Formats: sequence, C-alpha cells, structure tokens
Amino acid sequence: MTMWRWMWYGFLLVPLLFLALFFLYPLLAIFDLSLRPDNSWNLSGFTQIVTSAYYRDTLIFTIWQAVLSTVLTIGLALPGAYVFTRFDFPAKSFLLSIATLPFVLPTVVVATAFSALIGARGIVNQVLMSLFSLETAPIQLERTLSIILIVHVFYNYSIALRMITSYWANQSTRIEDAARVLGANGWRIWWHVRLPMLRPAILASAILVFIFTFTSFGVVLILGGIQFATLEVQIYYQALNVFNLPLAAALSLLQIAVMFAMMLIYTRLQRRISSVDLQSTRQIARKPKTPFERLFLIVNLGTMIVFLFTPLLALIYRSLVREGAFTLEYYTALTSNTRNSVLFAPAIEAIGNSLQFAIITTIAALLLGVLTAYLIAGKGINRTVSRWLDPLFMLPLATSAVTLGFGFIIALDTPPLDLRSSVWLIPIAHTLVAIPFVVRSILPALRSIPLHVKESAAILGAPPHRIWWSIDLPLLSRGLIVGATFAFTVSMGEFGASLFVARPNTPTMPIVIFRLLGQPGATNYGQALAMSSLLMLVSAASFIAIERIRSAGIGEF
Amino acid sequence: MRLRLFVITLILVFLSGGVIVAQDDDVTLILVTHDSFSVSEDVLANFEAATGITVEILRAGDGGQVVNQAILTAGNPLGDVLFGVDNTFLSRALNADIFIPYESPLLENVDEQFILDEAHRVTPIDYGDVCLNYDIAYFEENALPVPESLMDLTLPEYRGLLVVENPAISSPGLAFLIATIAEFGTPEDDDENDYTYLDFWTDLIANDALVTDSWSTAYFGNFTQGSEDGVYPLVVSYASSPPFTYNEETDIVTTASIVASGMCFRQVEFAGILDGTENEDAARLFIDFMLSVEFQEDVPFQMFVFPVNSEAQLPALFAEYAQIPFEPAEVDYAAIEANRDNWIAAWTETVLGR
Repeated sequence: MTMWRWMWYGFLLVPLLFLALFFLYPLLAIFDLSLRPDNSWNLSGFTQIVTSAYYRDTLIFTIWQAVLSTVLTIGLALPGAYVFTRFDFPAKSFLLSIATLPFVLPTVVVATAFSALIGARGIVNQVLMSLFSLETAPIQLERTLSIILIVHVFYNYSIALRMITSYWANQSTRIEDAARVLGANGWRIWWHVRLPMLRPAILASAILVFIFTFTSFGVVLILGGIQFATLEVQIYYQALNVFNLPLAAALSLLQIAVMFAMMLIYTRLQRRISSVDLQSTRQIARKPKTPFERLFLIVNLGTMIVFLFTPLLALIYRSLVREGAFTLEYYTALTSNTRNSVLFAPAIEAIGNSLQFAIITTIAALLLGVLTAYLIAGKGINRTVSRWLDPLFMLPLATSAVTLGFGFIIALDTPPLDLRSSVWLIPIAHTLVAIPFVVRSILPALRSIPLHVKESAAILGAPPHRIWWSIDLPLLSRGLIVGATFAFTVSMGEFGASLFVARPNTPTMPIVIFRLLGQPGATNYGQALAMSSLLMLVSAASFIAIERIRSAGIGEF
Repeated sequence: MRLRLFVITLILVFLSGGVIVAQDDDVTLILVTHDSFSVSEDVLANFEAATGITVEILRAGDGGQVVNQAILTAGNPLGDVLFGVDNTFLSRALNADIFIPYESPLLENVDEQFILDEAHRVTPIDYGDVCLNYDIAYFEENALPVPESLMDLTLPEYRGLLVVENPAISSPGLAFLIATIAEFGTPEDDDENDYTYLDFWTDLIANDALVTDSWSTAYFGNFTQGSEDGVYPLVVSYASSPPFTYNEETDIVTTASIVASGMCFRQVEFAGILDGTENEDAARLFIDFMLSVEFQEDVPFQMFVFPVNSEAQLPALFAEYAQIPFEPAEVDYAAIEANRDNWIAAWTETVLGR
C-alpha cells in the first residue's frame, strides 16, 4: 500500500521535471541573458513599456480583443453544447470530431478561405451584389476588428464546444427536472441551473480561449492589418527584427503576468462544487420531440456547419479548380520534385512526418497531462502549492514562441542535453503546448468525481489501480478524448516554438504550406491549398480514429 | 593568366578535398540557413562525392532569425557554415564577431559591388532586387503608363493600386522602405530638402496604398496576378518574380518588374564560416562550392535570386523575363543596422498616425 503511494508520488513528479527541464530552464536562461547581460541588470525594457503610451494601448487592445473573442466563443458554443448533449441525431460524433478541423489550419490559409468567402470579391458579396444590383460590396470586413473576432471564434469554437459537451454529457438532468416541476423554465433554468452546473467546464474552456486569443499573432497581423497589434506581434518584432532582447523579455513577462492574473481570477471562480450528480449519457440524450426542439436543433447545427465548414469547403474547392475547370494538377505537383531540390519532400513524406510528431505528442501529452491533472487536483498536496502549479503548467501557452525558441538554443546546448538541432525538440515543443489542453479537458471531470464512490470501492476491498480503472477512467474518458484530439491538433497545426528552432530536414505539412506560400507562381499557391486540404483530410481521419479508440477500448459511463 | 590561376586553385581545392577524404572519411558539415534555402540534389551530391564531406542542412525562419540565433550561440555554434545573412542584417552579424575570415579564390569572378566586408568574414553568394511588380494586362487595359519613379506612386492615377509589406516584420517591406529613404532622405539629414521619406509615405498612404504583414499576404492575397481575390495591380516583390508567372500554353508572363532608377533595393546574401567550428577546412571548401559556377547556376531556380559569379549563366526564362535594375537604391549597410529601429518607429508613427 505504501509502496504504491510512493510510486504514485514519483510519477506525479515526472510532469514537473519535464516542465522544469524543457520549459522553465530555457525560459529563465533567455530572460537571464536578456535582462542581465554581463551580470548587471538591464531593465530598460520595462522603462520603455511603462513610459510609452504605445505599449499601454497595445496591452489594452490585446486584452480587449481577447475578452470579446472569449465571450463570443463561449456564447455561441453553449447552445451548440446543449444540442450535442441532450439530443440524439445522425452523424453526431462525426460532426463533433470534425468541428476541431479549423484548429489545424495555418492562419495564412484560413485568411485565404475567408477572403474567398466574404472578401470584397468573395462569393457572398458577389451573390449579394447581383441579387440586389449593388454597385459596391455590401460586406466590407477586411482589416476590421470584426473580422479578427469572427476568425477567432472560427478557430476557438471547437475548444469551448468540445470541452463543455464532454463535461455536460455525464451531468444529471434531475435538478433541472426538479426545477421544471417547481415551475422554472426557459432562461431561469439556464441561469439558475445549467450555467452554475457547467461553470467548471465553461471557465476551463474560457481560460484556454482567452490565452489563445490573447497571444494571437497571425490572425491579427494578416486579417487585422497594420493598425492592430497584439503584445505577441511586438515581441516578435523586437526579438527578431530589432534584436532588442531586454524589451522583448519585458514584453514576454508582461504577457505572462496577465496570464497569471487571469488564472488567479479563474481559480477564484472555480470553487469546488460540493455535490455533483452524475448520470449515464444514455439517459440524458434523446431524440428531439417537439417542433420547437427540432427547430432549435436544426438552427444550431445549421449555423455551426455554415460557419465552420463553408470556409473549409472554399479551400478545398480552390485546390481542385483552375480557371473554372476541375483539375488535380496541384495534388500531382505535390508529389513531383520539378525543381529537383535536395530539400523537396513529397506529400507522403510530409504527411508521415506530421503524423509521427502528432502521435508522439499526443501520447506524451496524455501521459503527462493526466499526471499533471492529478497533481493539481490531488489530495495530499497543499492547496497553495496546487494553486501555483496550475498556472505554471498553463505558461507554455502564454509564452511567446519566439522567446521560447531562443531559450531552447541557448539553454539546451551542452551534451548530453544538446537538443538544439535534434528532431526531438519538435515533439517536445508541441507537448509543452498540448499539456494545458489535456489538463483543462479532464480537470473539471476529475474534480467532479464524488469522493464517497471511491471510498466505498476502497472499503469493499478494491485496490487503487482497480478503482482508477473502473471509476476514474470511465468518467474521464470523454475529457481524455477531447484532450487527445487537441494535443494531436496542436502538433498537426505546428503551434508553438518549434517553428522558431533550427530543424533538420523533416518537413511537416504546415512547413510545406509555408514554404509554398513563400514563392511566386499560381502553381505554388494551388499546391499550398492542396496541401491544406490534405492536412484537413488527414486530421479528420485521425480525429475519427481517436474517437474509435475510445468506443472500442474504454468504457463509458 | 587569371584563368590559369583560377584553374590551378580549383585543382588545389579539389586536391585538398581529396586529402580530407584520405584523412577522415566521415566529415559532416552542418549548414545553418533560412527557410528559403534550396539546392539541386545532383549539385550537392557532386560536392559530397568530390570532397567526401556529408552536408547536413539546418533551417529556421528568415535571414534575421538565422543571424540572431548565430549571435546567441556564438562560440558554440549550431553548425559550421552560415548562409543567408543579407546586407540589412550584415552589420549586426559583423559586430557580434561570429565569423572566421576566409578569402575564397573564386571571389575573383565576383563584382566589387558585392564584396561589402574587406576582411572577408562573409562571402557574397547571391543577390536579388526588391522592386515593384505590376499586372501587365491591367495597365494595358486601362491605358495607364507604368510609374517611372517612386514619386509617381503618389499621383492620383495610381490611387488604390499599390500593396506594400510592413517593414517592421517583412524583409521585402524593409527593402522597399530603405529604397524610399535613399530617394527622399530622412528628417535627420542636413540637406536643404524638406520632403523626407516620411512625407512620401504620408502621401502614399493618402493615395490608398495598402500595407500588409507579409509578402505572401501582399502577393497571394491582394495582388491581381497573385490570386482571384486580389484588387491591387502593383505589388512590392522581387525582380525575379515575373518568370514564375510564365504560362506555357500562352507563352507569356503576366507580370513584369519596374526597374527604373532608384525604385529597387538590392539585397545581397552572404555566407560565412562560424567561429567555433571544428571543420574549418571543410567549411572553406563549402564556401568555394557555393561560389562555383555549378552552384551559382543552380541558384536562380532554387532560391529565385541571381548569382554573384559573373561566369555563371542565367537560365533562359530568367534571362528573358527577370529584369535587373541598373541603378538600385544605395544605402550603406552599417547605416541600416544603426537606424533600422528609428526608421521603422518613425514610419509606424507616420503610417498609423500614432
């Protein structure tokens, strides 16, 4: 019994070690080099930030757009989550899986999709102009805050949808039924029953969406145009182009400080819920009965499909059509090395590389993420310690990729840890970003497991691993799938510092896309779109496979 | 005479290569470079076969990032040879003292204008001009003459036609900004001229020029010949871009560059041997290889730039459709590094009205 316990504690230390070695150490190294060159402090960066109205405005805008994006995302995802929790309809789990697709696409490509749809010359405007015989395009969203928000929602909708749905799936409807019997209906049930009940999941997804949009880079740069800049954009500029490391470090620390403040608010709001009533999903979801329910279902799904999938379809369409005629030339071009370049990677090799990194990342992030969640939620661990551990593991998400990339090359530079040019640095960087997704996906469910159930099992003589297998795992399974899906997506979409480290010739699908978009010529552009379509296809197939693993392997509650 | 000397050095180079093969069969040379680097398989294979050196290629980001990484890892470099520092970042690299000097005998065939460092800490390899590209059909259909000077771009007939890149984060964007600085000067200059580059940019923005984040967004998102969504027939791109708009069926290119005096900025890319390398001999061979006619003739189609070796022939498509400006803007490379931040800050303030 005690041996078990000590082994368990040992396991719990693994994610801490991982974080310390591959994240905190490089981060501290680059901060040290930036703020204390030649062993004396250089705090000029902070002075610049404090005295400049420009950085204050940038900070305010960065927070403001992140708050708006988060509120919009959660607001739109809630009715969606309701539909997915309460109703049975065809292709439900398929739809839920592929809702994550936008998340893997590089921003340049998504920007293309949106301008093909709602740009000045986009399809929607052309239709509207010919319908109402208008002179100018009625929808003019280019380079406005609106388009930034729309695309942020497009990217993050699935985070909120999937995290809330996975939590809600096992929440009993009994309190709701009771409230209804007592005469509550409509908004009262939402306000007094559902929202409080869903608070852990709503907050968990909100904090992720906030941090994600707070550090937004590509969306703001490409779609917002030059008048908008987030802190992340400033860090990128100062670190790479000006090479003003003290200022870049100060801005990075400011970013981290804001994230810590948000996490503090989050932990405050996320009070433990004393009693949670769990119920099997099979009793919760049913077919829509009344015409109103059917309408609600159709409107919700319709909006979701139009909003999420038309931009993706626009991309696929463009990858298959050249000058009005159907063609596969962009796809075949992806497999032939026309320029005979030594660095050419045929599509299949890029797909292979991407899949390998994504699988390694998913497994590593799941193992480390689950341990992290137990570490944070654990009994036996001091509440204050766990309150600090939580934001610590969220840090990689809020740390500028440029900063961390520099940290890697100066910190991990001596054998046996000379990983600077190692292929392993890529899955390591991906895993760092993926862990917060796994943790946030399972933590609400983990905290809601009633202690008395586990105690009863222990009293009845079940050993710890048996309790975990029969009680924890089934209750966590939905969260695990969501976490695994996002870990996979993070890696496929090439998030994080891996773009900023020197890499040997192991091109992934997004890297090939970036490279193609850096060269003139219609064929390169078409090939980039074709590769993006393949990226979606491979990801969709993987999501479905991940979902299969669950229904085949792990029990459901 | 010169030719004979060249042949002798080449033979010596290959002999020394042979010596290395004899001494050590598995020298691995690491080339640190940016994401745009490329070389033909057979060209690199010939080098490896002739010298017995295995070449590994490490890539990350753009030229600026490669230089920054090299500075951060000074003394314990990521590789042996760095390729991809250009004249806008050269001064930063030289000040940080990250290179071992090496004077390649092949520099003989390289024009003086490209040899910016007299101490030969870096060796020029290629150059490319950042120029405006225009949509030929648009200008023909609208019977519009092509602008002949930067100042022309502020005229009403070119209103809303030009898309440029943000110099703060885009390398061609910065190159174009430098061209405007060379043309109009800065407020700090002592001369009588009171129309500075900032006034020019005020007029350019007032004339509805669009500023985008990157070359990709400008070219593929907004240029009429780059994508179906584009509405701007003028774009800041490279003099080497037009050959890539060549259409085999119609046998025409759809774009051309404007190479009028002072309208382009020349980017020269350099290679250097990184201080701290354990393979200095192999690194020297590699620098020679990069200046060799074989590699130099490979450069246009792999990296969309021009060879500095005057012996190298241009591919037919390049010779026909890629114009080379005779009088690109001239700005001292040391001045670029010294003033980059100020120029960009003032530009940002002007363009954004902050």
